[in-house]
Amino acid sequence: MPEKLLEVRDLKTYFYTTKGVVKAVDGISFTLNKGEVMGLAGESGCGKSTTAYSIIRLVPPPGRIVGGKIIFEGKNLLDMDSEEYRRKIRWKKISMVFQGAMNALNPVYTIGDQLAEVFMIHRGMTKREAMPHVYELLSMVGIDPKRAKSYPHELSGGMKQRVMIAMALALHPPLVIADEPTTALDVVVQAQIMNLLKKLQREHGISIILITHDLSLIAEIADKVAIMYAGKIVEYGTADQVYLNPQHPYTKALLNSIPRIRGEISKLEWIPGQPPDLIAPPPGCRFHPRCKFKMDICMKEEPPVIEVEPGHYVACWLHAKK
Amino acid sequence: MARIYVPEPTEKTILYVKDLKTWFPLRRGIIEVLRRLPRRYVHAVDGVSFQIEEGDVFGLAGESGCGKTTTGKTIIRLIDPTSGVIAYKPRKRLLDEWAEMGYEPPVIDKLGSIDLAKVPSKYLKPLRKEMQIIFQDPYGSLNPRARIYDILEEPLLIHGIGTREERYEFVAKALEAVKLIPPEDFMRRYPHQLSGGQRQRVGIARALILQPRFIVADEPVSMLDVSIRAEILELMMELKRRLGLTYVFITHDLALARYITNKIAIMYLGKIVEMGDTRRVLENPLHPYTKALIAAVPDPDPRNRHILRELPIKGEVPSAVNIPRGCRFRPRCVVYDNTPRIQKYCQTIEPPLIEVEKGHYVSCWLYGEPEEIIKSLRK
Repeated sequence: MPEKLLEVRDLKTYFYTTKGVVKAVDGISFTLNKGEVMGLAGESGCGKSTTAYSIIRLVPPPGRIVGGKIIFEGKNLLDMDSEEYRRKIRWKKISMVFQGAMNALNPVYTIGDQLAEVFMIHRGMTKREAMPHVYELLSMVGIDPKRAKSYPHELSGGMKQRVMIAMALALHPPLVIADEPTTALDVVVQAQIMNLLKKLQREHGISIILITHDLSLIAEIADKVAIMYAGKIVEYGTADQVYLNPQHPYTKALLNSIPRIRGEISKLEWIPGQPPDLIAPPPGCRFHPRCKFKMDICMKEEPPVIEVEPGHYVACWLHAKK
Repeated sequence: MARIYVPEPTEKTILYVKDLKTWFPLRRGIIEVLRRLPRRYVHAVDGVSFQIEEGDVFGLAGESGCGKTTTGKTIIRLIDPTSGVIAYKPRKRLLDEWAEMGYEPPVIDKLGSIDLAKVPSKYLKPLRKEMQIIFQDPYGSLNPRARIYDILEEPLLIHGIGTREERYEFVAKALEAVKLIPPEDFMRRYPHQLSGGQRQRVGIARALILQPRFIVADEPVSMLDVSIRAEILELMMELKRRLGLTYVFITHDLALARYITNKIAIMYLGKIVEMGDTRRVLENPLHPYTKALIAAVPDPDPRNRHILRELPIKGEVPSAVNIPRGCRFRPRCVVYDNTPRIQKYCQTIEPPLIEVEKGHYVSCWLYGEPEEIIKSLRK
């Protein structure tokens, strides 16, 4: 029986803007077992990054987590105050590789200094004590430890991303959230980073939540996949289930919109229209204005989540009727 | 006998480029100036040759920094070339306009091509009616303070086209052509009131409003969500058919190039390393770099999670200031390491683009007889 590491239940994160309440994450649930990799996919603005920021409790104002539970190792993280979360959970238990990591490093400190800081703050080490750990981390992600003296501008984009991964893994957290870890990197470097993540995940048995709009990247590593649309998870299951037997019209269309380098060239599909405004999402199913199969009920009532096969969930009226 | 690639223009050729170079000078520090050190250059485009037929979608592909965008911008003279020939077969309209301005460009071949590289910058304006560009970033390339109408009318005003009523008609037609319907509705809006896909449609409409026939599309969908890319691409292809356009399609995404280009040139550090029909190049890649690029492209197949991707390439792209001697890909080439027979050539002589099968060119010493190739190089 796999050990449950993280359970997100009916999570809601809203942004209270002057124009209205943006329901960026609106009642999503999923579970992640120890050592498992989950891919969270969706178009820009679907709430996938907000989900990540909610789990690591760094939702920027005017955003707020307004409901639900995030149960990690048996405890609800939303019951903790922010100080307790910072001391006990963030980076020690859950860390994150940020989007645009290339610019997340401080340009005026060497990467060695920045990596050492993790140990100095969280482990109370002196810099001298921390440095051996820094060297070990750098070689783990495939960077010559001598580069600890380099400043970020002296490193290539791929190397900076490796440093960010090293930083996320510094304290051996059981869960790492990677938010678009390879956007802005070239394909070769992207493939190298994915190989690195895969290798580290296997060697250290860490769980990863990989957030990206690129379903091809998720297929490279994920055991489980959740497809998000307009603040909701519309399909959720194992990688094989979602890729080989997609059930939601949105998932199907997304998969058919990806150009492939190998195999047959079939006509690319697209999804007409654009994702809805999350201040006033459409009633009923949020995907209905763009859906080829919409029925009357889709415009009125929100679809229930149906388990179409064991562990494979779909929120769509097409399945509810059967 | 290995044939070294040189453009062979025919009646159908719209543009060909010979040994084009675009170098950007680096600023010299005070010490370099005092010590009279030579000026150094970024060799963004470092000697490329290719040809484009009418109706082609010619792909320029490669990683960031390989010179694909600089090549695209140089051939339409948005950037000045350092040397080389950009031969273009002009429409009568362009020649007439130049004649009116008192400029008569010399014809450089029997097909009636003129060398765009030699056109003085004061005569470039009429060229914009022939050749246009679609920019990568639909967020950054539209003036946020101008309405869509003003954005699309501006090229017409600059070129003194039409009366006020006619210009309104042109703008409305252009919006209809890119399916921003009803046009009256979109004219009044500002860029921030449009989605990314709609903005890119405005970018396309702006490129088309002067009725050009040659379009450089610089990663036109890379900033858009995957789910709407196909729609924009389909629109571009429909416009191409309807208006008889020729595209240069610049992209880093080989999978995408596979779907819409018919010819492709793979660039590395300012040079074309492989060129040919897209299907042939991508299904039977010959250059070690092309092979590595293709191996790195992920596909949506969940079985991939069980394996590590094999990447037959090492190291990182060197700077375009100090280009490696010999073959510029050598420091990253794993085939070089395992093939002693060609190493002395790789180290010293830049491999030319040679024809390996019909219409499929590659610049790598692995193919053909090196001594023979060197002999033809000297000729």
